[in-house]
Amino acid sequence: MAGSSEGGGLNPMHQFEISTIAEIKLGSIDASFTNASLWMVIVVASVCLLLLLSSSKLVPSRLQSVGELAYEFVANMMRDILGDSGRAFFPLVFTLFMFVLAANMWGMINIPVLLHPFTVTSHIIVTFAMAMFIFILATVVGFVKHGAGYLKLFVPSGVPAVLLPLLVVIETISYFTRPISLSVRLFANMMAGHTMLKVFAGFVVGMGVLGGWAPLALMVAFTGLEVLVAFLQAYVFAVLTCIYLNDAINMHH
Amino acid sequence: MEAEAAKLIGAGLAAIALAGAGVSIGHIFGNYLAGALRNPAAAASQFPNLLLGFALAEATGLFGLVVALIILFVF
Repeated sequence: MAGSSEGGGLNPMHQFEISTIAEIKLGSIDASFTNASLWMVIVVASVCLLLLLSSSKLVPSRLQSVGELAYEFVANMMRDILGDSGRAFFPLVFTLFMFVLAANMWGMINIPVLLHPFTVTSHIIVTFAMAMFIFILATVVGFVKHGAGYLKLFVPSGVPAVLLPLLVVIETISYFTRPISLSVRLFANMMAGHTMLKVFAGFVVGMGVLGGWAPLALMVAFTGLEVLVAFLQAYVFAVLTCIYLNDAINMHH
Repeated sequence: MEAEAAKLIGAGLAAIALAGAGVSIGHIFGNYLAGALRNPAAAASQFPNLLLGFALAEATGLFGLVVALIILFVF
């Protein structure tokens, strides 16, 4: 539910605040263990636990089926987009997908008093770090694989010579905005969704026992939508990672 | 005009971007439905593309919402 701000009202942005749990100083750098770090640890631990507990039996248990489903899902997606050339990147894409999915899903769980949800992916620095890593990796892979020929990515083929200078500029800009659009997409979806939920939660409280049922019903529907969005955004993040890697490896331009 | 009022108007204007997201999401689902009714056999295979298009279209609208929230809460 929406946390109270100092004025006593309901502030939908309160949930994104970062609080320090244990203070750590590295020289002048503030490397404190915050609630964001705690949730990242929880996210990574839950994914590791899922994959560790799903021990390989011939007849899978329920937990093992979940692990196998996730593996199959990502593997099929990569095969569709990258073909066999991208096998080496499967661990990376699988890790990214599971991290984003688990972070988004943990953010949807809210148990009053006990567990305050904190969505790691609703902070742009987290998503931007991941997106920048993917961008640099794809660029390095492209140059290692194709040498200077990778620059042909910016020169679309089969275009009239008059249009070419303009298109090269557009292609270059669109290439360099990739990390921004990739990170802002995930961050904006998570932040907007959670803010909307908290705003409607404020309506439930504000309209009291008699009128609060209408926004409460809406809240239930929105929560369902947010779970869908949480999954979709993890999927889109993984798909776009594959598409960027595919540009670098196969160069379809 | 007071700065506070200008802020609120600016945030409201930035949220207009969501209209485009509404149009595009409707367009995507409408076209998917039209295609699926013409060729139901191929519909299931295009479902992931539908979701991808939906997510991409929704995100562009949310960029506008982020601008609105930044105006409201950061400045």
